[in-house]
Amino acid sequence: MDQINPPVGSQQPRPTVSRLPLESAVVRFAGDSGDGIQLIGNRFAIETAQSGNDLATFPDFPAEIRAPVGTTFGVSAFQINFGARLIKTSGDAPDVLVALNPAALKVELPNLKRGGTVIVDTGSFSERNLRKAGYAGNPLTDSTLSDGRTIEIDISRLTLEAVKPLGLSQHDALRCKNMWVLGLLYWMYGRERQSTIAWLGKRFASDPLVAEANVAALNAGHAYGETSEVAGDITAFSVAPAPLPPGTYRSVTGADALAWGLIVGAHSARLKLFFASYPITPASPVLHLLARQSELGVTTLQAEDEIAAVCAAIGASFAGALGVTSSSGPGMALKSEAISLAVAAELPLVILNTQRAGPSTGLPTKTEQSDLNQALYGRHGEAPLAVLATRSPADCFDVAVEAVRLAVRAMTPVIVLSDGYIGNATQAWRVPAVTDLPEFPVRQETNPDGFSPYARDPETLSRPWAVPGTPGLAHRIGGIERDYETGNISYSPENHQRMSDVRAEKIARLAQAIPAQTVALGPDRGRLALVGWGSTYGPINRAVSLALEHGDAVSHIHLRHLSPLPANLGELLAGFDRVLVVEGNNGQLRALLRSQYLLDAEGLNKMTGRPFTIDEVERAIRDRL
Amino acid sequence: MTAVTPPVSFVPKDFASDQEVRWCPGCGDYAILKATQKALAEVGATPDNTVFVSGIGCSSRFPYYLATYGFHTIHGRAPAVATGVKLARPDLDVWIATGDGDGLSIGGNHLLHVLRRNVDLQILLFNNEIYGLTKGQYSPTSHRGTRSPSSPHGTQEEPVSPAQFALGAGGRFVARAIDTQQKQLVGILKAAHAHRGASFIEVFQNCVVYNDNVFAAFTERAVAAEMQLWVAHGKPLLFANGTRGLRLKPGTLMLETVTIGEAGITEQDILIHDQTSKPLALMLAALQPPTMPVALGVLYCSPTACLPLAPAEGAIDPAALPQRIDAALHRGDTWTIESRAST
Ligand SMILES: Cc1ncc(C[n+]2csc(CCOP(=O)(O)OP(=O)(O)O)c2C)c(N)n1
Ligand code: SF4
Ligand SMILES: [Mg+2]
Repeated sequence: MDQINPPVGSQQPRPTVSRLPLESAVVRFAGDSGDGIQLIGNRFAIETAQSGNDLATFPDFPAEIRAPVGTTFGVSAFQINFGARLIKTSGDAPDVLVALNPAALKVELPNLKRGGTVIVDTGSFSERNLRKAGYAGNPLTDSTLSDGRTIEIDISRLTLEAVKPLGLSQHDALRCKNMWVLGLLYWMYGRERQSTIAWLGKRFASDPLVAEANVAALNAGHAYGETSEVAGDITAFSVAPAPLPPGTYRSVTGADALAWGLIVGAHSARLKLFFASYPITPASPVLHLLARQSELGVTTLQAEDEIAAVCAAIGASFAGALGVTSSSGPGMALKSEAISLAVAAELPLVILNTQRAGPSTGLPTKTEQSDLNQALYGRHGEAPLAVLATRSPADCFDVAVEAVRLAVRAMTPVIVLSDGYIGNATQAWRVPAVTDLPEFPVRQETNPDGFSPYARDPETLSRPWAVPGTPGLAHRIGGIERDYETGNISYSPENHQRMSDVRAEKIARLAQAIPAQTVALGPDRGRLALVGWGSTYGPINRAVSLALEHGDAVSHIHLRHLSPLPANLGELLAGFDRVLVVEGNNGQLRALLRSQYLLDAEGLNKMTGRPFTIDEVERAIRDRL
Repeated sequence: MTAVTPPVSFVPKDFASDQEVRWCPGCGDYAILKATQKALAEVGATPDNTVFVSGIGCSSRFPYYLATYGFHTIHGRAPAVATGVKLARPDLDVWIATGDGDGLSIGGNHLLHVLRRNVDLQILLFNNEIYGLTKGQYSPTSHRGTRSPSSPHGTQEEPVSPAQFALGAGGRFVARAIDTQQKQLVGILKAAHAHRGASFIEVFQNCVVYNDNVFAAFTERAVAAEMQLWVAHGKPLLFANGTRGLRLKPGTLMLETVTIGEAGITEQDILIHDQTSKPLALMLAALQPPTMPVALGVLYCSPTACLPLAPAEGAIDPAALPQRIDAALHRGDTWTIESRAST
């Protein structure tokens, strides 16, 4: 365990530095894929978290696996939003942009906040790199950067100088450039270097020279800040700790939190976790994490396709394990027929959909919320099931546990909607103690007296889970319609009506087992409610909180349960004059709410492959008040 | 659980469910069902620990008629479902019932992978060279020229050979049998059951309604001896009541049939069946009437590592699991936020 020790006194920022206090800041690191951008982004996040700020980050990888060096499509970026307040999104426009090459500047500059600061490595602005980035002239000398502040530093040269005593090749020496930048940013925001130095030692344990070079670069970047402070070139900031509840924290991606939630959920249900998946962007990281957890009793299968993955999970559930499968839109389409089988056979099953922009291959690395209709309706026959949505990386944990709870309670498939943004983004997550979490042990059937595989629990309408290997309970199930009483094949018209009704009622009754819908922010009734589901949580919440500060009468309602909908939702929405549904699709939840509640809901919709910005939501509020 | 259950032995009818069998009268599936019930009884299987998984088709109705656990799934996917069953519960005895359409058309991919992964289960492929349930369209095993509602002028396609497919996919147990030849079928089912890993059995099954007598060229009583070569490990590859046999055609890598006593051929010249030889199995599986007999029995049996792997260090103690999960959740960089004095 790499428990980070609290900063030691001698490492405190020197009191002589006068720092400009900030409530929050957005920093974006950008460079070539090979520049180690993600690495410094993550380290910066860890130091930031350790200093007590709340934060959210988002890595923005290029779609290409190995794009040619210096090109715009090879730009890799990492954004972090951190603050003395609670942070809900990885931030709109960055306050500070670090551009390690011309291509990064070209791609990222348009997103910079007006009047924001750009830090560029002038050493990389060669004729050749400028051309590769598509610059006709030199943005450092023409008017490109006239807006805001530009800090021009020959980071390449300064890095080479800093590591020179170690005698590395020019190529290896230049690879330390990212650490130089990290050192400078640490100085700018008053961060400690100690744990990064220790981490570098560990990371390059087999190559102490490289470790030393990276440390030298880190220190040089930091020292550069200190000296320039004297000259007043670069502003230093301070961001106070955020009011976070006490506890042990770690940073977690949505994908990892889903995986941990499944493990904990299966444990709470006292079930073995069986996870089958077929690789697809952006869903694969869940498979990757779970594949490493065999010591926690997790079985994983990389299936031959998504159909096999869901079918293997169904087989595992039939055999008494918690079957889980995971994919993204195209793979979800392939799973559709088998999900109907799980509905018919009434077996618990959790299906994760980390949504990406579609249709077809669409924008695999970009985010969208366009699979809600698919989750709700994308099956043949009347095949009702439960649908949940996660709203943030940390929320993925709770939603995964909830999915397991509902799946075993009603013997039903549950679809969990996450998306590419949540999956890859990270958030500070308070790590729960497993023993403190609620448990819901499953009772599998063991009593052969009067056993029928489709006898129903009068409250939940769920059928018994009679697992192969149990003495005296041998029975057959399948996709052909089953007799309501015996479970044997039945083609009777009345029976099909009755079974269709009970399948629908079983899901409807889950509404009694889920929490009532609450208002995330703002009054319980009033002029305007913004309704969202999934990853729009952050931008809506921040925008609504800014509007409330402004004195506007607006509320934020965010849905976790999309099928069934919370029992009180209709009544809650009826308490608002206007309802604006904010979603990254063409209005799928909006259509559902309109049909469900005969409600004249409006939509704020976006399909660019990018998350909503706070600003976009704020403007929509302003337009309506 | 401390009670020791006394060993109960089951008879074939204990494996028959109470459901009315709905195949057409005279369908070959009846004979396969009977043989399976007999084989289950003879291998000492128990209804409680046996699971039959099937796809869709006449053949896939199989699980309903067995008093074991059963799962009638969706078209072509039985191997995937069965893989999940077996990986979740390695102690269960898992069987797959599939058809030539179910297993080699829509489900060909899954059949390939269950064999390649060598999941420890038995696969019964009922080959009737037709889509029975959907009323008689040609299937991927239909021989060229088969006339059917979807191929009124006869098929233009080359069929796939199930046994050759299974060998190509890496199957480590590949056998062939005929629906109505119960004695041999039961023996093969038992051998399949004894094999650790995926066992593949192609059963030639007569569909009396849509493809009657399609295998007559080697199943008719009059030609059976001449056209059926029953292989047995370590025994010479003889047929026609021991009067004819197979040998490698001199100077080639091809099998030829020879007659004992003709041109100086003796039993010494006949190849001995080696069920561990894949090249031999591939050659046997390729033999076809009318020029060659059909090779039946266990063509190939060569066990190797299979799934699920035995758990490395015993089962995980459930009492230790919460601590293990806690430790896993705290692995990597963590930090602590101290409680602040309330303001
Ligand atoms: C997804 C899907 N496509 C098509 C069908 C229709 N269908 C049912 S069985 C079958 C063919 C079965 O042929 P085979 O596997 O040879 O079984 P047999 O009936 O001959 O035993 C087809 C096409 C289906 N049930 N599901
Ligand atoms: S259609 Fe053919 S395979 Fe199907 S039950 Fe009838 S005879 Fe058997
Ligand atoms: Mg068939």
